[in-house]
Amino acid sequence: MLLDVTDLRKTFPARTGLFGNVIDHVHAVDGVSFSIAEGRTLGLVGESGCGKSTVGRAILRLIEPSSGAVRFEGNDIVGLPADRMRELRRRMQIVFQDPYSSLNPRKRAGDIVAEPLLVHGIANAAERREMTQAIFAKVGLQPRQMGLFPHQFSGGQRQRISIARALALGPRFIVADEPVSALDVSVQAQVINLLMDLQARDGLSYLFISHNLAVVEHVSHDVAVMYLGRIVEHTTKSTIFARPLHPYTRALMAAVPVADPSVRRDKAHVMGDVPSPIDRPKGCHFHPRCPLAEPRCRTEEPKLREVQPGHRVACHLAV
Amino acid sequence: MAPVLEVSGLSTVFHTRAGLVRAVQDVSFSVEAGETLAIVGESGCGKTMTALSLMRLIPSPPGEIVAGSVKVAGTDLLQLDEPAMRKMRGSQIAMIFQEPMTALNPLLTVGRQIAEMVSLHENVSRRAADARAVEMLRHVRIPAPERRAMEYPHQMSGGMRQRAMIAMALVCRPKVLIADEPTTALDVTIQAQVLDLIGDLRRELGTAVVLITHDLGVVAETADRMIVMYAGRKVEEGTTKELFAHPNHPYLQGLLASVPKFGAGEGTRLREIPGMVPALNNLPQGCAFAPRCSAAVAKCQEAIPPLETKRPGHAAACWMS
Repeated sequence: MLLDVTDLRKTFPARTGLFGNVIDHVHAVDGVSFSIAEGRTLGLVGESGCGKSTVGRAILRLIEPSSGAVRFEGNDIVGLPADRMRELRRRMQIVFQDPYSSLNPRKRAGDIVAEPLLVHGIANAAERREMTQAIFAKVGLQPRQMGLFPHQFSGGQRQRISIARALALGPRFIVADEPVSALDVSVQAQVINLLMDLQARDGLSYLFISHNLAVVEHVSHDVAVMYLGRIVEHTTKSTIFARPLHPYTRALMAAVPVADPSVRRDKAHVMGDVPSPIDRPKGCHFHPRCPLAEPRCRTEEPKLREVQPGHRVACHLAV
Repeated sequence: MAPVLEVSGLSTVFHTRAGLVRAVQDVSFSVEAGETLAIVGESGCGKTMTALSLMRLIPSPPGEIVAGSVKVAGTDLLQLDEPAMRKMRGSQIAMIFQEPMTALNPLLTVGRQIAEMVSLHENVSRRAADARAVEMLRHVRIPAPERRAMEYPHQMSGGMRQRAMIAMALVCRPKVLIADEPTTALDVTIQAQVLDLIGDLRRELGTAVVLITHDLGVVAETADRMIVMYAGRKVEEGTTKELFAHPNHPYLQGLLASVPKFGAGEGTRLREIPGMVPALNNLPQGCAFAPRCSAAVAKCQEAIPPLETKRPGHAAACWMS
């Protein structure tokens, strides 16, 4: 496995008392485990506040995990000293949602893409320029656009610059955190196709974080669904969309509007809001919204277990 | 049935330093009571400017409605003076927005804000107005409405605030509700709840709904009819079923083919629409979509195609179709 995540946890202090002592914690990520193989895409889905972005950042140690192990190419990177970590970051990168705020407006596009090369002391100026030109061509930008500033690009082109920057050091693994959510519908396809082409050509692996189930279905090999800091279901793409077992996964899928007016979907929508991650319900976190909840769901926490080969579900009722 | 909302020849421009921006050009449509019309398009296509023009909320200057009429039950809103227009907003035509915090006053309780809307339009006591507010909160399915009415907007979740804004918009039973991306900021399970709610209220109250969105899934599930806008103009119009089954304009064809279909299983490569939406202060001479269109010929670069009926109940503005 290229990436192995075991029992990853991240808590943030939510409230402090009079003397600065922490009273409450947000359990943003609460014991998450998964792995991603070479050339594969794991889609991580869930609603806002479920912890999916925190997982992406904790894997790269952009935020420090509270506990757990993240093995990348066999090395546990949690607790790795900064110089070793920097070395590893050449092979693991991230693309953010908003290409408007993740690019420095005062830098030229070419310099933004070349910066990782500069930081890692790779090649001389002339070679860097050549490498940057090649990366520009790879993501579908014109090398002559290297002298332009981010505001001179459209949203889709800006996301190409973000991807180019992530590719500069030749990574094996990219966390793509809602990479098309801020883009217009007609340009989303350009960026999705680019990410899939890069995978087909270079064998990249992705952790694809998104709230958009249709996009996740399109790009992923495997899918994990998160709810309030935990993975509640995890299996292959084809299984999860054909035979979802967790009631939350089913609720999510029932709620997705289908772009086909001839399809009439059943109107049984899950009620209520996602509870606060500070004050999570006891037992199964989903039980207050679950149409199937039984008494033991209120008290007993369901463990993520393998219900069928390769199909993990955290639900007492799943068989 | 006579339409409740009739928009004809609406044109809105902005006078900017970068030149004249034609945000809305010659847009016409009508909506009947209890019907939902979706206005679909990407950022900058003029869909929100159309909505703000209907409400006469275009900031002026720099904005200006230069032509057209907006009739609600026969009254042309564009001919009214500001005090008369203020009487129309909320009582005849109301609007909800993507982000409820921009529409709700953070310093007033939710109940008070809704009651103020009642007091503004109807001659009722404060106590009666407060009671109407609680009643409306119950109507939009907010649990424990008496208690929720005394809360401030920041104490509510995003979905709850959206319901509160809907309550405020509908408490005086306007004939027309304009919903500008009402669920775009919401999670998908909450989006489904809010869309159901808008649909139910429309049926119960007979409200005509203008739904503005970029999400084709939302359109397919909620709208009876739709219009597609591109670069400030209406480029296609018809029933939702007809347009999804037989998209005529290459832009709508491209949009439908570029979105991953939920439940499609093994994904084929998505169709890309090359290029980007044009700047409204620098539109091409002919069809605004021509630079991105694979079917474009010389004529498309020269003259703007008129909106023509292509099939029964289906009009599009394209020379080639």
